[in-house]
Amino acid sequence: MEEVYKQLADIVGEQYVSNHQEERFIYARDPGTMEPREPDMVVMPNTTEEVRKIVLVANEKGVPIVPMGGGLVLSGLTRALKGGIILDMKRMNRIIEVNESSRYALVEAGTSQGMLQAYLKKHHPSLKHSVPDAPPIATIGGNVLIHGSGHLSAAGGFHSEMLNGLEVVLPTGEVARVGSCATSPYWFSRSPLPDLAGLFLGWAGTTGIATKLAIKLFPNLPINDADVFVTEDPEIVPDIISRLTRTQVAEDMMAAMAPKPEWLHGLQMTIVNYGAETKRELTLKRDLLRESVRKYTDEKVGGFMPLPPDMKGRFIEAPQRSLSRFADVRQGGGFEYVGGIMPIELFAKAYRVGIEIPERYGITYALGARIVGLGHCMMFFFAYPFNRADKNDVRNAQKALEDTNEAVLEMGGIPWKAEAPAQKQIIKKMDHNTFALMNRLREVLDPNGIMNPGNWEVD
Amino acid sequence: MEHSEILHRCFRCGFCKLPDNYLDINCPSYLKYRFETYSPGGRMWLLRGLLEGEIKASPRLGEILFSCAACGNCVDHCVFPKFKDDLLDAFIAGRGELVNEGAIPPMARDYFKAIQSYGNPYKLPEAERGNWADGLGIEPYKDQEYLFFAGCVGSYDERGQKMARAVASLLKDWGVSFGILGADERCDGNEVKAMGEAGLFEMIAKQNIEKFKEVGVSKIIALSPHAYHAMKNEYPKFGGLFQVSHYSQVLVGLMGKGKFASADKPLRVTFHDPCYLGRHNKEYMSPRMILGAIPGIEYVDMARAMGDALCCGGGGGNFFTDMLGGGVDAPSRVRVREAADTGAEVLAVACPKCAKMLEDAIKAEDLDEKIEVMDLAEIIKSRTA
Repeated sequence: MEEVYKQLADIVGEQYVSNHQEERFIYARDPGTMEPREPDMVVMPNTTEEVRKIVLVANEKGVPIVPMGGGLVLSGLTRALKGGIILDMKRMNRIIEVNESSRYALVEAGTSQGMLQAYLKKHHPSLKHSVPDAPPIATIGGNVLIHGSGHLSAAGGFHSEMLNGLEVVLPTGEVARVGSCATSPYWFSRSPLPDLAGLFLGWAGTTGIATKLAIKLFPNLPINDADVFVTEDPEIVPDIISRLTRTQVAEDMMAAMAPKPEWLHGLQMTIVNYGAETKRELTLKRDLLRESVRKYTDEKVGGFMPLPPDMKGRFIEAPQRSLSRFADVRQGGGFEYVGGIMPIELFAKAYRVGIEIPERYGITYALGARIVGLGHCMMFFFAYPFNRADKNDVRNAQKALEDTNEAVLEMGGIPWKAEAPAQKQIIKKMDHNTFALMNRLREVLDPNGIMNPGNWEVD
Repeated sequence: MEHSEILHRCFRCGFCKLPDNYLDINCPSYLKYRFETYSPGGRMWLLRGLLEGEIKASPRLGEILFSCAACGNCVDHCVFPKFKDDLLDAFIAGRGELVNEGAIPPMARDYFKAIQSYGNPYKLPEAERGNWADGLGIEPYKDQEYLFFAGCVGSYDERGQKMARAVASLLKDWGVSFGILGADERCDGNEVKAMGEAGLFEMIAKQNIEKFKEVGVSKIIALSPHAYHAMKNEYPKFGGLFQVSHYSQVLVGLMGKGKFASADKPLRVTFHDPCYLGRHNKEYMSPRMILGAIPGIEYVDMARAMGDALCCGGGGGNFFTDMLGGGVDAPSRVRVREAADTGAEVLAVACPKCAKMLEDAIKAEDLDEKIEVMDLAEIIKSRTA
């Protein structure tokens, strides 16, 4: 490993590689419940060429590489399960191009969400990108590659669906381009070529290292609002979502449920974010939303909640700071969630599971769902806070997460950005030929098995 | 360790690394080093690891803890209201742990030694402390309204002396009644405290308080925001109750006395908020009101200003230990690039440490032709008829 260290230092400079105990300690952990796994070293490349050279060294020496963006995935995907090199991509944070006409941004993979958000606000105020509710230091690359979702997902689907193209360093060191950028100077679309992006989306860094990516941008409308529909009957929520999405007004739609404060207990809130060019347009859109669910307001089984300005402001804010604060509910600096990607009709079932499981372990929770597309599916999240200083509390949260992953799979959903143990749970349910295909692809792409080993594997 | 009860409560969400508008990295040490370890969250978890015996004190840990510029960006931007106020104090307590273990970086050790042996970090004779005022006709402090406190940088550093002379001569021109302690002045101790040497700080603070009381000081004008902060917020804990002002807070009330030349050509100016004036003491407006009152000045804020200002990298002892200097990602270099981007011809400062840090950075960035560093008093004097 000493020789690998020296080679990496030659590539990136001594300052940007470390095998000190401090970096090994911090990079062994993410903010979730997974046990620490120490890397041998951490390296921070600055260019695609440096990434390529690092990959060649890793291949030559048979050392694992774990690509890392913001390190905020919470499910431990950037831990070095089999040791090796953590590749912290955050020095590669240049915003290369914004194309206003075709509405896309080309960025290096380590660009943070916040940085792009601020850049667009300053230089291209008529455009915005879909911001996830991860903290703003989370990277564009990381979030797209895990199939994230965000504040424009009702309009544009998963963030991976907003991907126009990728530059990738393959596990064998070649640099490849995917999407229109493979044949054109423009990064406008993944169509009409064979869509190779799928080789890198959702693979937890086991098939290559994204170094650049282009994502779709959307109109940044000057007036924004949020309305909240409230009901106590989870069975009707899928129909409410169906009706609200049918208006095609929402940029983002979230459901939120929590046991506290007391007045919230048992309520299902559906939060609809939308924007407009003018106040007249905003009023029209609000009327459309209200009209769509009139059946339920007339029956008095639900209605729109009056929102004080500060609460409305919190719902409109992207990302919502209040979501990170959930980590301090147990005064213990931690929470993790299962994000079950599932069909909308499973809402009520997921809601019941989300209450039963934490009760089983005597822990608190927050539940919610981000609607993806026009009600095409949802990311239903089951979030459990824990006290990092209390091992029992952490263990209880871990057990609840394990049970929840299982329950999501049983219902017909699929855990998102699943922890390594949950990936094994998924593989058990997966069509055998699908898993065999995944393995064959990995063997072709990564013959030496250096890319984030321990993920998408059976024991 | 003091504040150890909050260490595990950090989620490492990273809001602390950024300004409110998320424009770019705003934690000086994280900006320079880029490893997660050098971010506020990294420090929180490392300190917990140290206290729980999972890691040991080491030179690297010393560098990580002592490269914190104590700028307070993390405190202002942390999203956890219940413990955010204690973040910086936890890092300082962590430094204290290393001080107690004798595991501090050599530059920090040398700094403490110099302060203890010479009373200043420059290892220069105390007798020379008042030389900066030679020829200005400033009286020693007796019974004037204010004590003007120049501090170590204002007393010994060439750039600091220039600034001290500009401020003191302006105060004199505008009829402010003040005196100086000259060779009897001592280090204010702010950096000693920020570097975790609580015992030495207490000694310094008590000595200064005793001296101030002995000569009858009740009002102080501090040249440096660092001294201003220590005397205003820390000295009262040791019985030192004085009315402390930063010089910008005094000048702002005197701007009517200025006889400014008519401006043929507008001068575009931006202002760099010193952390100990701004974030630590929420004084953002006095410097801007001063600049706004000078005819012909076209004021423009940088993209990161006031509570979002990027530290020059000279705080928390780094002005002397230089752990944040060097390279294109040095905070001072990033900051002067940001200042030059505004199109300003002058980067206004209100702190002698910032003046020196940013002036050096302008040279390193080869921006001498585009922008120059001037202190508020220097700007006023340059625009006076």
